[in-house]
Amino acid sequence: MASAITVLLDGVAAGMLLFVLSVGLSVTLGLMNVVNLAHGAFGMLGGYVCVVLLNRLGVPFPLALLAAAAAAAAMGFVLERLLYVHIYGRDHLTQVLFSIGLVFIMGAVADWLMGARTQLIQLPSWLSGRMEFAGIGLGRYRLFLIILCGFVALALHFGLVRTRFGARLRAAVDDGVVARGMGLPVGRIFSITFALGSGLAGLGGALGVEILGLDPNFPLKYMVYFLVVVAVGGANSVAGPFLAALLLGVVDVAGKYWIPEVGAFIIYTAMVVLLLARPQGLLARAK
Amino acid sequence: MILLHAIPWAGALAGYWLFPEQLPLLSAIAIAALFAVSLDLIVGYAGLVTLGQAAFFGAGAYTAGILAQQGWGEPFSGLLAAAAVAALLGLISAPLVLRAGELAGLMVTLGLGLMLYEAANKAAAITGGADGLQGVEMWPIFGLYRFDLWGRTAYLYSLAVLFVLFMLARLLVASPFGWSLRAIRGNARRAPALGVPVKARLTAAYVIAAAYAGVAGGLLAQTTSFASLDALSFQRSADGLLMLVLGGLGSLYGALLGAVAFTVAHHALSEASPVFWQFWLGIALVALALAGQGGLLGLARAAIARLRRR
Repeated sequence: MASAITVLLDGVAAGMLLFVLSVGLSVTLGLMNVVNLAHGAFGMLGGYVCVVLLNRLGVPFPLALLAAAAAAAAMGFVLERLLYVHIYGRDHLTQVLFSIGLVFIMGAVADWLMGARTQLIQLPSWLSGRMEFAGIGLGRYRLFLIILCGFVALALHFGLVRTRFGARLRAAVDDGVVARGMGLPVGRIFSITFALGSGLAGLGGALGVEILGLDPNFPLKYMVYFLVVVAVGGANSVAGPFLAALLLGVVDVAGKYWIPEVGAFIIYTAMVVLLLARPQGLLARAK
Repeated sequence: MILLHAIPWAGALAGYWLFPEQLPLLSAIAIAALFAVSLDLIVGYAGLVTLGQAAFFGAGAYTAGILAQQGWGEPFSGLLAAAAVAALLGLISAPLVLRAGELAGLMVTLGLGLMLYEAANKAAAITGGADGLQGVEMWPIFGLYRFDLWGRTAYLYSLAVLFVLFMLARLLVASPFGWSLRAIRGNARRAPALGVPVKARLTAAYVIAAAYAGVAGGLLAQTTSFASLDALSFQRSADGLLMLVLGGLGSLYGALLGAVAFTVAHHALSEASPVFWQFWLGIALVALALAGQGGLLGLARAAIARLRRR
């Protein structure tokens, strides 16, 4: 029984991580209707920044996390202004090719700079090891992930629901044309949101080095996971992708733990079934 | 005009004598070209973007491979079986893809492709899993021409299959069926008003494209006596799309041109280093996407048009 709870908590931690990694993509897909297969590349960048700062320069872990998020946000902002603006409104095939190309380029650059091997980090002592809580064993790092990512999710939720920027963003997602007609700067809103989403992906990538692993293949390896979170979660809330990510994390971890012979098959099947059952997203109201 | 059509095929045939050392590469090009043609039918003509075409390619490869491994090495019936299995898979998955709508449908094709990959990976007893399918032994073509070590038979065989299927595809896209596909791509809402049964036509195109990809996969398994998970990978689907866009969408000849350019560049650049190839492939993709579609064939057409104007 204790092991079931441990698996559940590990799954929740993985799901939280996935949420932070992929929530930015839901905006790209939902707001601008852009198929962005390169979202994971921002996560990869954050991961590598964190690894370099931590292992080579000895920067404290929290600072490395911040730097990873900042670097990914900066790159997201630049790429959005330079390249992504040109593919809004183009057909899906163009967007697919563009973003796959971006993934290839970044993967090759990562390979040149850092090598093809999987990167490892040394977690600070206050995050490593396990602790017992009411007879249930839980890794400290997993607990840290749940708290930190939960905090991020809450901040995003209230940011989206309570702030003026959040209201504008929701309006733009709901109906971009009308929002523009009402005088909302949809382009700028998107620019900022894209950078924020990329930064969160960078944070997720840095947090995920320990759990998901990091190598130049990262963006392609987890592409499906990000897409599932967004496709299943829908675009117009924080709760949708959050629930989807939790579900995905728990199913994935439990599947790998108990029925390893089926492997990733479960995730793909779940993705297809959910896409067919709820094409508008898990929490979406029927139109 | 007929002469213009003869040029690429004469060139392909001349390759047999010009590059006797490179015949396996030439076979690979012919197979890649058939795969790109299958993608052109569904993406270029019907306008349905798929990220999972490798599923049909791989299904064909494993069908032909397993058939030969189990003792039936007759090549043509092997290809037919590969086409049939791939078409059946296409028939099963088409309603799922079409039902989901544009964006979700794209992801359904991706998901289905990955599902098949994982299934083949786990069913190691049948497919050989990560080690690939060993012991594929082909019979001679017509009982006369053995598959030799230098790939002579393999190349002529692949080229002949490509030629026949290519001409069939040309007939297909020039038929009323082909025009109805273009109508759907042009305006999926208006097409039904013109009396085009959109779902049925798209399903038919999807199944035909699946069968084409299946034959391409079958050719790969037969000519290399090997089938591996590689045939089912996402990379394969992405490569196919790239060839198509590189050459030019919706003209069939663009698919041929793209397959040649892509495979030759891949061969030359990845000899230097695979990372090098990946980098330039990425640059090419981004540039193509930003520059707009038309590909190499579009560039050639623009150049010819400019010359004529002078």
